[in-house]
Amino acid sequence: MAHGWEMQQDANVVVIGQDVGANGGVFRATAGLQERFGKDRVQDTPLAEATIAGMSVGMATHGLKPVAEIQFMGFLYPALDQIVNHMSRMRNRTRGRLSCPVVIRMPHGGGIHAPEHHSESTESMLCHIPGIRVVCPSSPARAYGLLLAAIRDPDPVMFLEPVRLYRAMRQEVADDGVALPLDRCYILRDGSDVTVITWGAMTMETLRAGNELDKRGISAEIIDLATLSPIDIDTILDSVAKTGRLVIVHEAARNLGVGAEIAALVAERGLYDLQAPIQRVAGFDTIMPLFKLEQDYIPSTQRIIDAVELTFADGGL
Amino acid sequence: MKTVAEFKIHSRQVLDPGGKTVAPLPEFARDSAEILRMYRAMTQVRVFDAKAVNLQRTGQLGTYPSCLGHEAAHVGIGAAMRPEDVLAPVYREFGTQLWRGVTMTEILTYWGGDERGNDFAVPRHDFAWCVPIATQTLHAAGAAMAFKILKQPRCALAYIGDGGTSEGAFYEALNLAGARALPVVFVIVNNGWAISVPVAAQTAARTLAQKAVAAGIPGVQVDGNDVIAVRVVVGEALEAARRGAGPMLIEALTYRLSDHTTSDDASRYRSAGEVKEAWALEPLLRLRQFLVARGDWDDVKEAALLAECTHKVEAAVSEYLGSSKPATDAMFAHLFAAPPAHLHEQRLIARKYGSKSSGH
Repeated sequence: MAHGWEMQQDANVVVIGQDVGANGGVFRATAGLQERFGKDRVQDTPLAEATIAGMSVGMATHGLKPVAEIQFMGFLYPALDQIVNHMSRMRNRTRGRLSCPVVIRMPHGGGIHAPEHHSESTESMLCHIPGIRVVCPSSPARAYGLLLAAIRDPDPVMFLEPVRLYRAMRQEVADDGVALPLDRCYILRDGSDVTVITWGAMTMETLRAGNELDKRGISAEIIDLATLSPIDIDTILDSVAKTGRLVIVHEAARNLGVGAEIAALVAERGLYDLQAPIQRVAGFDTIMPLFKLEQDYIPSTQRIIDAVELTFADGGL
Repeated sequence: MKTVAEFKIHSRQVLDPGGKTVAPLPEFARDSAEILRMYRAMTQVRVFDAKAVNLQRTGQLGTYPSCLGHEAAHVGIGAAMRPEDVLAPVYREFGTQLWRGVTMTEILTYWGGDERGNDFAVPRHDFAWCVPIATQTLHAAGAAMAFKILKQPRCALAYIGDGGTSEGAFYEALNLAGARALPVVFVIVNNGWAISVPVAAQTAARTLAQKAVAAGIPGVQVDGNDVIAVRVVVGEALEAARRGAGPMLIEALTYRLSDHTTSDDASRYRSAGEVKEAWALEPLLRLRQFLVARGDWDDVKEAALLAECTHKVEAAVSEYLGSSKPATDAMFAHLFAAPPAHLHEQRLIARKYGSKSSGH
């Protein structure tokens, strides 16, 4: 929907990727666009991810705004050379002479019984790259507003679309062309006792944990990080100053996950606001298992509840 | 059994190594002024190149990739392109870039370790140097896709080296360009060596031009030491692309007379005899013999040209050496159109500890 709005407004916006044309994308994200805007502006590419990213660089530096789809995050890696070595650097290395207003959308995470390589969450790899933004919406409405903002942004944005949300959540979204700001968190639920930060599909388990914690007399403030890089640390610090406790929840592996950066920033700047050690609830540092075990990998509501309760245990101050 | 596909690769030459014509001269080559313009450009880049190597040897320039021996390929391509076309170079195509308006000072600035050298005053739309190998071919195809969608009568031209043809991105770019009939021309400068690895170790293919066959696009070889033939072949390819006939792959055969870069010592892996033989085929000698035979050139003119070229190089070197170091802030200022907050904090740290400079 956001694609259609922006393509109507801006003739330079083009959609490229594998099966984005007549098929409308494997998750139907680009359905109907080729009929509306034609085969020049909605193009199926050859089956080659480096091509998708590399041609996006060429198109973006010469007048177009490509919105490219990588069919699954597990197939992004041939494109990383182009993202790291060119897309992210173009503005800086030419001192602003050329730039790359590109959005690369990709399904993110597991939980839908998909085949191997279709369920990983490797956002940390992207967040480590200077010169790009990494965004992950937590609902259809957020996806609409953030995608509009990403397309309008003059710099490259990696847009991670949680696959569980494609299936789990139905929501009426107004097609009003109103973008939501990038580079900031969204507070999903006000609370006073503990700050829980998450993003993408894990907002579902985290919100459920919040409801359960209410029953136990713990008021959790739940924050949707939304833009994973750069991190809106001010909103997080304000919340931690209020609650004194911090739990970070993500589906991606723990080792050097985005949660590690949030924990480090809070330790550097908000340590004295903390009344208990920071807890991380994350995917394990293992290979994402095939789907019979995927629910054992993805952090559960109970794990989140237990981590929050740990911040109130004797270890707390 | 029946044959369902077959191919032939043709090779083009106009001047033989002795400067004698072996094919009809094209229209532009009948105009002495135009040929002299190309000869001057080839001489200018050779004089510049020698000075750049010298600057590196004396600690006044970073690692530098010499283009010695490539002058005909580079100038022939520059002359065949239109200003509005887009060049996607590798990293040693200085002859083409100077022809298109990039300055010697900008080249030295970049290879002297300063991104400001990539901010070409002219041509604003050309890509900057591309160090990772072969990735630039996809940028050219993407730019060509933009020209097609935006209905602009422009072409893109991507350079690639012989070693680069082993990279996946090269095949992806040919494939994309062929499948969408994009206005792009790919030129392989086959100089025989990818640092220390000879072409024969890169591929079993008899020619690199035939790499076009699998992409369904035409491929042709040209004598890359023959500036007239290069300009003819590339000019034809660009005009075909411009009128919608799709891409072409051109293999220009030349020889890297220099080390790979100033960090390399080619005597470790190739014989002096091979290099000596290659000098007999080099492009300036060939064109000079052609010009002398036509009565357009002599030793007096040659000496005057060398003096003029040297003077221009010295002026560029003075400008380069006289420029201030970039400000520490520069690494933050151009990363995003609007720098996020965390970069502002880091910029303050860098300012506090970074070296002082009056640059911008």
